[in-house]
Amino acid sequence: MRVTVINYKAGNLTSVMKALRAAGADPTLTDDPAVIQTAERIILPGVGHFAATRRLDETGVTPAVREAISRRVPFLGICVGLQWLFAGSTEAPDTPGLAAFPETCDRFAPGPKIPHVGWNSLSLRSESRLMSGISNNSYVYFTHSYRAPVINATVAVTDYGEPFSAAVEQANVMGVQFHPEKSGETGLQVLRNFLGWRPC
Amino acid sequence: MLTKRIIACLDVKNGRVVKGVQFVDLIDAGDPAELAARHAVAGADEIVFLDITATHENRGTLLDAVRRAARQLFVPFTVGGGIRTADEAAAIFDAGADKISINSAALARPELIGEIGAKFGAQAVVVAIDARRSDPHAPAQTAEVFVAGGRTNTGRRVVEWAREAESRGAGEILLTSMDADGTRAGFDCTLTAAVSEVVQIPVIASGGAGNAQHFTQVFREGKADAALAASIFHFGIADVRSLKEQIQRDGIPVRLPC
Repeated sequence: MRVTVINYKAGNLTSVMKALRAAGADPTLTDDPAVIQTAERIILPGVGHFAATRRLDETGVTPAVREAISRRVPFLGICVGLQWLFAGSTEAPDTPGLAAFPETCDRFAPGPKIPHVGWNSLSLRSESRLMSGISNNSYVYFTHSYRAPVINATVAVTDYGEPFSAAVEQANVMGVQFHPEKSGETGLQVLRNFLGWRPC
Repeated sequence: MLTKRIIACLDVKNGRVVKGVQFVDLIDAGDPAELAARHAVAGADEIVFLDITATHENRGTLLDAVRRAARQLFVPFTVGGGIRTADEAAAIFDAGADKISINSAALARPELIGEIGAKFGAQAVVVAIDARRSDPHAPAQTAEVFVAGGRTNTGRRVVEWAREAESRGAGEILLTSMDADGTRAGFDCTLTAAVSEVVQIPVIASGGAGNAQHFTQVFREGKADAALAASIFHFGIADVRSLKEQIQRDGIPVRLPC
């Protein structure tokens, strides 16, 4: 199963590639808009600063992704990749997101330690393809300081001082704030769900 | 709810897992890749390889062990020991680690923390601190930082160095009490709390784990976000799953694997 992983030179992608192979995929790493335009399935991984996504605009990846999404190509954003689906983030106010969702990401409210690091539980909100076969309250691994708000497209909520979007899904656009590549069997199941979903 | 992490640490020397008491008297405890996989299946929230060979001649052996272990690990995987430059860190990330831990090199040149963080993200940089008090009854705040596998006293206060590491962009602190290490008599809770109270980033307590009660204590009194142990897992004294079940009965949130 072919999947195109967008490389925007931020962080380490070895673990994502390895987990995708373990989930049965044949992943290709690229930053070439032409490759992204013909992709069957796209993943935008990422850890780090929201500003790193600026490179997606500079290299012409953003319009290629927009075009692919409009063709109903399944898209999964991971961590910063989920946040990029929103209009933007207060972490880098000058860097626009894809704005598939009109809301904005923000830093966790003061209270618990920031960053939020470790295994936290998922409260499943509604039926979703991404969370199919996953039990409510399953644990997944997070590491982040900024979070996306809970919106209509939220399919899993996690609580850390306040509720936030752990997973979103709207038609072919999906995102997870946690790291499925580092979340044991639950994470691999999320990847298999994404890889196995066939748009009609 | 965010759970407290239980981390299994493997001390690796020349490609084999070893365990000693207070950094000496090493005994062979098995193959790192195989032990890492077993701990992950049993419910370890994270795996740490600490290379105690730390000589450049044997770097290939470590990278090979990291590569083999990473193939079957889908939980966070940290590798430390002897990393001196951002390039050396990059080689470890390429081999499949998610985080690196740096100790002596960060003290020698604190800019290294930010250099690795700029390339791989702050979450990938763990600063390991080996601490010892002048005598066991001295206040935790007076504990000093040791380097070179615990052989050299830097004269720096642990609390102050932890703060600096955080301000330079460390993602987590791995705090080892050399006084408690290998004793199986319990973590140093006052030392852990002294550090945990002055930084925002997660603090991993290390040194002294002997039973489930010790973990409960270091999460409660030591305010640790995670606790690391080695020997109690390798020799079958406590497997991770039964350990976590006991900690959960004490009222500490932990992730129980299904």
